[in-house]
Parts: sequence; C-alpha cells; structure tokens
Amino acid sequence: MPTSSPALEIDGLVKDFGPVGALDGRMVRVLDGVSLRAEHGAVTVLLGANGAGKTTTLECAQGLQRADGGRVSLLGADPSRATPHLRARVGVMLQDGGLPPSVRPLALLRHVASMYADPLPVDALAERLGLDEFGAVSIRRLSGGQKQRLALACALVGRPEVVFLDEPSAGLDPQSRTIVFELIRELRADGLAVILTTHLLDDAQRLADYVYILEGGRTVAEGTVAELTADADGARELRFETVPGLSFPPDLLPHLLQRETEPGQYVLRGPLTADDVARLAGWWVACGVMPTGISMAPRSLEDVFLDISGRSIR
Amino acid sequence: MTLSAPVPAGTPAARGAAAPLPTRVLRHGAYEALAMLRNGEQLVLAIVLPLLALAALVITPLLDAYGADRIDVAAPGVLALCTMSTAFTGQGIATGFDRRYGVLRFLSTTPLGRSGLILGKAVAVAVVLAVQLVVIGCAAALMGWTPEPAGILPAALLLLLGSAAFTALGLLVAGTLRPEATLAVTNLVWILLAAAGGVIIPAASLPDAAEPFISVLPSAALGDGLRSALADGVFDPIACLVLLAWAALASLAAIRWFKWS
Repeated sequence: MPTSSPALEIDGLVKDFGPVGALDGRMVRVLDGVSLRAEHGAVTVLLGANGAGKTTTLECAQGLQRADGGRVSLLGADPSRATPHLRARVGVMLQDGGLPPSVRPLALLRHVASMYADPLPVDALAERLGLDEFGAVSIRRLSGGQKQRLALACALVGRPEVVFLDEPSAGLDPQSRTIVFELIRELRADGLAVILTTHLLDDAQRLADYVYILEGGRTVAEGTVAELTADADGARELRFETVPGLSFPPDLLPHLLQRETEPGQYVLRGPLTADDVARLAGWWVACGVMPTGISMAPRSLEDVFLDISGRSIR
Repeated sequence: MTLSAPVPAGTPAARGAAAPLPTRVLRHGAYEALAMLRNGEQLVLAIVLPLLALAALVITPLLDAYGADRIDVAAPGVLALCTMSTAFTGQGIATGFDRRYGVLRFLSTTPLGRSGLILGKAVAVAVVLAVQLVVIGCAAALMGWTPEPAGILPAALLLLLGSAAFTALGLLVAGTLRPEATLAVTNLVWILLAAAGGVIIPAASLPDAAEPFISVLPSAALGDGLRSALADGVFDPIACLVLLAWAALASLAAIRWFKWS
C-alpha cells in the first residue's frame, strides 16, 4: 500500500549510551544514522549481527528509549510521548520476553488483554499458539520456545496495527517456528505492519518483504530479498575446491572478484559467462589441477551480508 | 479465528483501542494485589509478622511506660509497621524483580503505560493495606482495643500519606539498585525503622540526642501520628507535614532516578 503513510518512519536515528566506566566515562554511540520505513501489510526485517543496533532501534521506535538525534514517527506520532491510544495500536514482543516468572501464562495473557477495549478472545489465541498445553504451570517452568509463543500472544492480543517482534524465532523448535511464521504471514495478509529483527539469514529470506541490513549502528543496505540478492549485472558466484595456495593471474578474469576464503576454497563473484568458465578451466589445465568440487549459484543473502560487512553474520 | 479485527475493504483499520484509564489502573492494581497476597514470603511480611508483633507487645511489658493500656499503644504502631512492610519492603522487592525480568518494560508498552503501572502499584498497596487493617484491627479488637472515634479520620489521612511516602521510597530503591540489593536494603531498613525508627516505640522515648533526627523520619511521623490519633483522639499536623514532605521528595527522586531497565 504505497499510497498510505508508512507505519513507521525512522530518519537518521542516533543513540548514545553511557557514560561507560570501562571507557573512562565516555559515551558510546550505538546508533549512528539508522533510517528505515515500514509499511502496512508488509514484513520489514532488520538484519544484522549481534550488537549491530537492531534492538536499540526497535526500542527507540517503541518509545522505550529516547533518541539522541534523528526523527522517529510511529503511526504519525512521536513514540517517546506515546499516549495509551497509540500504545493500544502497537504490539511489542521484547527480546527477553518481559514475562513475570511467578505468574501463569494464561493469567498474564488475560491481564494484558484487560488493558484493551476490544482484545482478541484469549482462549482462541491461546489455542492457536498452543499456550493451552502449558497454561496451568508458572512461566518460570516454560521452555524458551514456550515463552516466545506467550510473548507473541501478549503482543497480538490487543489487535495491533503494528507489531514489533525482537528475534521472534529465538529458541523455537522447527514446529513452533512453522506456527509462528505462518502467523506472521497471516498478520501481513491482515494488513499489519510487522517489524522484526533477526540475525538468522534464513528467517529474513523466508519472511521479509523488505530488508534493512544494520552494521555498526547504521543501515548499510536495504531492499527486497530479490533486490539484495539480484544479479544486477548477471552477478553469480562460482566456488571451487582444490589444492590451497593457488594465485590467480591478474589478467585471467580481471572483471571478477576473486578470493580464497579458506585454504583450498576459492570464490569468484561477478557477471560470470560461459567464456569465463572456459578460461578458468583452461587455467586449471595449465596449472595441472583438478577441482574436487565446483558449484555455481546466484548470490545468497549471506553473500550480500559478507560483501557489505566484510565478515560473516554469525 | 482471525488475528485482528475484520477490516472492511477501503476503510482504515479500526483496530487496537485502549480500555479506559480507571479500568486499566484498577485491573493492574487488583492483579498486583493478588500477586502480593499469593506470595508466601510477602504474606508472612504483611500479616504474620505484624500479628506476632501485636501479640508480643501485648504479652510483654515493653510498652508499659507509654500508656495505661498496652493494646492502645501497640495497635497503632503495628498498623504503621504494616504500612512499611507493604508499601516499602513488599512493593519494593516485587518492583525490583519485575524490573530485572523486563516486566516493567513490557507493561509500559501496553496501554497501561508507565504512569498506569505506578498508579496500579499504589492501588495494590492500598488494597493489601486494607486487608491488613481488617486483620490487625480485628485481632487487636479481640485483645481489647478500642480506638478513639475522633482519631479515625486523622488516622486514615496519616495512613494514606504514609503509604504514599513509603511507596515512593520503595520505588526509588527498586528503580536504582539491583533486585538483590533492593531485597537486602528494604528488609534492613524495615528492621531498623521497626526497632528504632519510632514505629512501635514512640520517638520521644528514644535517647535525647537521637530524638530530633528520628522524629523527622517517616516511620516516626506515621507511628507517633497514629498513636496520638487512635489512642488520644488528637490530630498531629506536624506528622502529616513530615509524611507529605517525604512523599513529595521521594516521588521527585524516583521520577528523576528510576531506571526502567
């Protein structure tokens, strides 16, 4: 729905923490220019390694942290001055859950529901997320995945227009993960703006309509998964495995990015053609080597991330 | 089921709406009060220890110097003790651990919000204190307590101001220290004030050098104020002012320094 205004708009967000004792009382800049938009009816994913600034960005968007610079607009309002009316339109699932350990899951969900004028029916929501299976024990006895599902229910029970999910797949077994992912797609189909963080490329690849890659407190790349991994100029990747320590002659394939990622593991990236492959094979013959493995594929989100940050996401 | 309200095509989504403010605050107050009354340790602090204190003060000659009838001196002091245990120690510890577990952060993202959370805590303190008043009042009545009727209203005002002051102090501790430290500090302060803070033993009977300091403590203002109201039927405006000042200062400090995460 590109005609309506975005559910969330962040422009040049800056956030400092501190003073930090270990750094002689200096401030640490954790966000240094994050800009993003999240639309209704779409899943917007903030992807980044641990410490990239994903959670802090969400907390500024939720009004839990006050920005030190830049602009945040949540449903057209400043979240750091959120009214109860604005909070009712926004569901939040925190990374650590924020669940009181001594309370029973359904008692908590009912209590959260009572803060809204017209909440979802608690029993149906609990059944949908499988909370009824462990409704009678206290929260401290739940597994990580069970806590995640309860926190998700608490975020959804007020029928929000926008939901923030901080690492929603953390600790989920494959079955719960499928339930949660189905639910997220359903929320999108209902027209909600879903904004979630993850450090799992697979999550992003499966769920995202639009991805922002965060690195060192900045948004360094953005686009749909297709755009980010697009072989814009026919970019592809060829990997082969053979004896370590080969050095490519500089004039062999100068238009391709070439590197030995690990001893014996070689990667060529760029607008690969059949002619390039033939030249590469000719060079193998000249060197007298035979690769033990060859593969060719379009770029994955992981390659995109590696290109941008120069390091692996894990 | 659908996961959100049905949205007719072409209309803006009319979804999440907040329950009215009084509903939110009262629901949260009831929720926290139930949590306090269900917690075994809190119940010991709120009901069992004050009952033991009341019995001990009536059986022993500890308070014989301060009035003709032991129970008339003992009951107001035990009510002051109840206020401290519920508003300061119990509420402070619960808030400290809720802060650690991120419960305060999560609830502040719901329509309850930060102000609703604090108001709800105040309601919970009032509810638990009301239960304590009934239990201790009945126990004291069985031991022969007859409070001065003229002192009932002043006593109610003092209890209100006292719970406001101690709730704000409890929040200040819970919002600035780690929960383990909050647990230690609120319990230690409770014991110190109960023993020598003018709660049970009138401030005037403590050593002369200490009296001026002790009489400006919220514990002494509440204890002495309740004794003069319920034993003598006399309203103590100084005690009211002292409690009001503590409530105001502690609230300002809590607003300034309380950390939500």
